[in-house]
Amino acid sequence: MSAGRRTVSTRAVVVGALLVSLLLAGVVSLYAASTPDGLTKVSQDQGFAETETEHGAADGPFAGYDAGFVDGDLGGAVAGVAGVLVVLVLGTALTAVVRRRPGAGEPLDQTGP
Amino acid sequence: MHVPDGFFDAPTSIATGVVAVVAIGVSLRGARRELDDRTAPMAGLVAAFVFAAQMLNFPVGAGTSGHLMGGAVAAVLVGPWTAVLATSVVFVVQTLMFADGGITAIGTNITVMGLATVVVGYGVFRGLQAVLPKRLALVPVLAGIGAFASVPVASLLFVALYAVGGAAPVPLDTLTTAMVGVHSLIGIGEGLITFLAVAGIIAVRPDLVRGARPVLAERTLEIRTETTGATA
Repeated sequence: MSAGRRTVSTRAVVVGALLVSLLLAGVVSLYAASTPDGLTKVSQDQGFAETETEHGAADGPFAGYDAGFVDGDLGGAVAGVAGVLVVLVLGTALTAVVRRRPGAGEPLDQTGP
Repeated sequence: MHVPDGFFDAPTSIATGVVAVVAIGVSLRGARRELDDRTAPMAGLVAAFVFAAQMLNFPVGAGTSGHLMGGAVAAVLVGPWTAVLATSVVFVVQTLMFADGGITAIGTNITVMGLATVVVGYGVFRGLQAVLPKRLALVPVLAGIGAFASVPVASLLFVALYAVGGAAPVPLDTLTTAMVGVHSLIGIGEGLITFLAVAGIIAVRPDLVRGARPVLAERTLEIRTETTGATA
């Protein structure tokens, strides 16, 4: 490993990647294709799309990646940003719980490359 | 490829639910060994990235789109056990908060889009890594190839499940052709996004990419034996 590669701190990588994720979910997603996805299209073509039933959470405030309480495009942006943050918090919390469990962080792997 | 409520009968949905619960339980144990001081800060972030990237539907042919599934990119970045947990978090949030993917189909979606793409994506990645030269520049390429392969295989798993417990009688040969066809195209996007994400982290901190560790270990050895520095 060259010395130059180590100058970027882990914190900088994490913050940078988080900003990219927020940008993708909050801005770029507004320009994403709105055509049906692969499975939806196949289910329409093959005639089993109508077996879909009402989603139990269809009336939620963020249903369909659209924050219903915000007007226009901004609703999609708010939903995307909120989703990234919720997933980040839950993922980080789950990771922390896993690490705190007995046997976590055994020296076995910390001596790795 | 989020499966909505109603596509599968109850026994199939329950069976995939059991598969998902068992897989998550096993992964909770497996992830303990993966989550060291370098992987742990990345795990929640990888889940957040997969969520964000899944919002980006890209066009594949007329009137159809696709988006990242994410098992391969997550597994290469933080390890396969942690990847199962990270993608599962994404699918649970998507169904409960965004009504994307049926609530009764959560087990199916975790199994097909999460588990399958982790197993296939990471399996292909490690398989290629074992037989090809240990070069850092190859890591994002092999990750991309694994990601590309994982999507049509996931679509095949969907077809297999549909054959067992699909809600409508659909000819399996045409369903297979249609699903694998469109998801091979979507796989190209999966491969590209995976390549870019892995290459991006490797460019700044290769040691934070778990799938690059065998290569970094090899490289350290090479530098010790070749004092010319030509390997850098």
